Amino acid sequence: MSAPVEITPRADAAASAASPAIALPGVDGSVPTPAAAAALASPLGRGIRGIRGLRGVRALRAQHLSLLVAWLVIAIVVAWAVVPWLFTGQDPIAGVPAEKLQGPSLAHLFGTDAIGRDLFTRVVYGAVHSLSGAFVAVTVGLVAGTLLGVLAGSLGGAVDAVVMRLVDVLLAIPGLLLALSIIILLGFGTVNAAIAVGVGSIAAFARVARSEVVRVRQADYVEAAFGSGARLHAVLARHVLPNSLTAVIGLAALQFGAAILAISTLGFLGYGAPPPTPEWGLLIAEGRNYVATSWWLTVLPGLVVVVVVLSANRISHSLGRTR
Amino acid sequence: MAYLARRTGQALLVLAIAFTATFVLLQALPGDAILIKFESPELGLSPEQIADIRASYGADVPVVQQFLHTVAGFVQGDFGYSVQYGTPVHELVGSALPDTLVLAGLGFLTAVLIAVALAFLSTLAPFAWLRQALRALPGVFVSVPVFWLGIVLIQVFSFQLRLVPVIGADPAQALILPVLTLAIPISAPLAQILARSIDEVQLSPFVAVVRAKGAGPARVLWRDVARNALLPAITIAGVLIGELIGGAVVTETVFGRAGIGRLTEQAVANQDVPVLQAIVILAALVFVLVNLAVDLVYPVLDPRLKRKAVAA
Amino acid sequence: MTALLELDGLDVAYATASGARRVVHSVSFDVQTGEVVALVGESGSGKTTTSSAVLGLLPAGGRLDAGAVRLSGTDIAGWSDRRLQGVRGARIGYIPQDPVSSLNPVRPVGVQLADTFRIHGRRDPRDIRNCVLELLERVGLDDPALRARQYPHELSGGMRQRVLIANAVALEPELVIADEPTSALDVTVQRRILDLIDELRREHGTAVLLVTHDLGVAAERAERVVVMQHGRIVEQGTTAALLDAPTEAYTRHLVADAPGLAEQPFRHPRPPIYLRDAGVAAAENPFALVASGLSKSYSLGRGREPFRAVDDVSFRVLRGTTHAIVGESGSGKTTTARIVSRFVTPDSGRVELGGTDVTQLSGAAKREFRRRVQLVYQNPFASLDPRQTVAEIIAEPLRNFAVGDRRERAVAAQRLIDRVALPADVAARRPTELSGGQRQRVAIARALALEPELVVLDEAVSALDVTVQARILELLERLQGELGLSYLFISHDLAVVRRISHSVSVMRRGRIVESGPTEQVFRAPQHDYTRELLDAVPGRKAIA
Repeated sequence: MSAPVEITPRADAAASAASPAIALPGVDGSVPTPAAAAALASPLGRGIRGIRGLRGVRALRAQHLSLLVAWLVIAIVVAWAVVPWLFTGQDPIAGVPAEKLQGPSLAHLFGTDAIGRDLFTRVVYGAVHSLSGAFVAVTVGLVAGTLLGVLAGSLGGAVDAVVMRLVDVLLAIPGLLLALSIIILLGFGTVNAAIAVGVGSIAAFARVARSEVVRVRQADYVEAAFGSGARLHAVLARHVLPNSLTAVIGLAALQFGAAILAISTLGFLGYGAPPPTPEWGLLIAEGRNYVATSWWLTVLPGLVVVVVVLSANRISHSLGRTR
Repeated sequence: MAYLARRTGQALLVLAIAFTATFVLLQALPGDAILIKFESPELGLSPEQIADIRASYGADVPVVQQFLHTVAGFVQGDFGYSVQYGTPVHELVGSALPDTLVLAGLGFLTAVLIAVALAFLSTLAPFAWLRQALRALPGVFVSVPVFWLGIVLIQVFSFQLRLVPVIGADPAQALILPVLTLAIPISAPLAQILARSIDEVQLSPFVAVVRAKGAGPARVLWRDVARNALLPAITIAGVLIGELIGGAVVTETVFGRAGIGRLTEQAVANQDVPVLQAIVILAALVFVLVNLAVDLVYPVLDPRLKRKAVAA
Repeated sequence: MTALLELDGLDVAYATASGARRVVHSVSFDVQTGEVVALVGESGSGKTTTSSAVLGLLPAGGRLDAGAVRLSGTDIAGWSDRRLQGVRGARIGYIPQDPVSSLNPVRPVGVQLADTFRIHGRRDPRDIRNCVLELLERVGLDDPALRARQYPHELSGGMRQRVLIANAVALEPELVIADEPTSALDVTVQRRILDLIDELRREHGTAVLLVTHDLGVAAERAERVVVMQHGRIVEQGTTAALLDAPTEAYTRHLVADAPGLAEQPFRHPRPPIYLRDAGVAAAENPFALVASGLSKSYSLGRGREPFRAVDDVSFRVLRGTTHAIVGESGSGKTTTARIVSRFVTPDSGRVELGGTDVTQLSGAAKREFRRRVQLVYQNPFASLDPRQTVAEIIAEPLRNFAVGDRRERAVAAQRLIDRVALPADVAARRPTELSGGQRQRVAIARALALEPELVVLDEAVSALDVTVQARILELLERLQGELGLSYLFISHDLAVVRRISHSVSVMRRGRIVESGPTEQVFRAPQHDYTRELLDAVPGRKAIA
């Protein structure tokens, strides 16, 4: 549920006050020059400083590797959601009572639960609930939030004031409480929980979308477009939206991870899918009673959640950076 | 002065809208919560009895009148009656509040400590791999479900290491794990913001000037970077407080502690609208107050904004 | 005698995603005691990297691969950071480029200066306070006690640079490295700051390594000049010898392109017969633009006098000529440009384009006006949409006015690309793949797409390196001849104005102080301020 941390306008003002002035003649950046590029093959590493430089290069490679792993994780989990039977031959709902509460083994990678169901199978079959829930949540937030933010940012004036006050209100209510209020309204269940989480992220999307639209609208190239005779709708469609939505997409990836967390939290509290659905939060809630004896029932599904959320965040990070 | 008035006005407006929105969503829209609760045939209540009950909850008058009545009540600290328990909501909330305040207060302090330690150590630590590891930690913290963290902490510290007793812990001992559970996920965004703004400030030209004077890295960090880097972090205090309330719901449920969080969880389970509404408004109030405080304190800490604030 | 500073075969490389990239190649030069040496180069030449390497303060990822940095004979290149801390500030002072961001915004100026003393072991607070006040006075700041208490944002750019100079010379170092110390400042302030550095140097015999892109500054202030390009030293020698008889081709280019140094004839309007449309020229209105009595004020909040950005400004642009508006920051020249191009509506006054007032246009009429006047921006990195291709950018004005179909517009774009002398294959590329000069050519091509009568150039060459700047100026001149364009040229740079404009208006604090043909204004300035501006131009001997 953690709303992505946003720098408020105040912080932006402080940061920009400290940032250097516009480009001036002779600002000596490290602009790539053909000669420098040709010197790429220079021998590496002389003395201590050389090793330090090498390490920097390695760090860059490690970054690419971690991004690759993140995409791989998401791909696997999506495959779990779409074709779970390819990953496990066992039944997620019916258990084998004789095999109850077994620790992780080759036969049962994640062990078994109190009525002898294979936990790995349940996690694989649960992916569809968490992923589709997160998908619904992000879609709700993305569509509603971006619409509000773009409207506020491009129309300005009274519309902006009204929308942003609404967003202030949404932000003033802690995400989980907001989600719980929606759930009381809509009732329990996977879809309702997902919608509730999505509503909680509307404010974040609206704010990012609005601030991006406002930022891009101030760009010289937008003024230049007006200056060459473009009308408002053309400028919005051609320049403002394409350039402001990158950040929104980055946020969507971040919210995807947050939504998985939030949905599993609601599932854990018992407001999501009803048992025996193998929803990840619910799995952990069920394993709670065996915390003293069967650690795998809580630890392993939780680790899966952590890894998936980490991967989503890593991808979001890379999307945000390409801006 | 005008600035103060305008900000206070904005804060009140946000609260008013929040109140109206929750009223519309929770009381007016879902039809009649009382009817749902008492109409089921098993209770065997006659229509007259239900009407009486409705009258006692103030639900038999037009919506606008209900709204005004509720507003008047909230302003006087009367939040109505819990549908579930029949007791006044302010009593329920009042008795739950102290426990949660202790938990949230300690959680917030711990979170700030963890965040500051992580952010500064990840710039100052001796080895590159160590700095990298510390850098990566907040990213992991953000990705951990709070409820799962609580359970794992119980498993490790209570059952494996037996450091904290599960049963018969004294109040101080009983706070250790819940406070950690609450603090760790909240420390993460704070640590990330801090680390990022430390990085940004480290790259700014004035730091190059200070280093060219012959100052060492530690001196640069404490004397010149720290204050500039801490300023943006203050602005997310309000968001963190909100997270704290959400975290309390989960933490109190996992550890079976009494408090606002537990009250919330039960209110949702029992569709106890007045209780939930009171808690939501309370949370919004806290958020608005914290943000108001931040906005008023910020210009004092940042000399660049002093003039602007006065002028505005 | 050993040199104060001697660089010997310096190699510097940066770590990048694709491996190490060397940016400084075996650079060797020296600085003698009390001498001013200018390190001159365009962006990417490695001059700043070289000077950072002397202090051991390369940015993250940078490393010294080979070579020696000898300070009075001792090689400090391999020294640890801790050991170098004793050298920085005490033996080598540093003056940064941008005074606005080079002071800690949340600490008073005096405290920051006092730090310099504390870092190097002074303890007695009263002693330090006296030193700080004395320093502030020495760098020409009035009321030192007040200044010491103030925060950086309360001081002007020039005052902040004085504080930074005080900071650099606090401990009377033997060498001061000044990295573009004045390029963020107005020309009159620049002159005073350079004078101050000269003065302090003479008092204490401090040597100065002056890093600059401006050959004029180097010519005026340095005894010797070192020219760098692509990370290598191209040529070095005494200033007089190097400027009068440069041996290397690159140095010759640099000298020829430096607008303040080159001898160029003044431009005079051509007789109307050469104009594109003789009929129009023969008509009774020879002016492309007539601005009269323009005023624009901005409110500074309740109870305060509004800021008069533009105050009763009048000027005229003769068809087919360039009229320049020159002024320092805050003079109102950009607001004037934006009034003319109808992005700002003036409080009063008229802008007549071909005889009709355009200040009151709105809606469709204003859009139609866009065909006739186009604006080119200062920063080509901000004025082109990074997501469009060059062809899309250039064809956009045509698309807005539905000129031709898609294919015809593509052909027109290709013709414009050719017109601004860009290679044909840039059409499919995006602005991020182009250099600053190429981007500005794209921006000019876009401005020309609708065949406007007037092009407003707002500091359009100010962000470019001198050699690139010279090429863009040549392009503008050629286009004017070919298309009969009229330019309104906004600039802070008198040397550039002298070169490109036929007539000029000098602006100061929202008002025009002097106006006339460029030759007249430059040869026989009437107003004191014009004279002050002209005197302040570095390498000014060639300008009048």
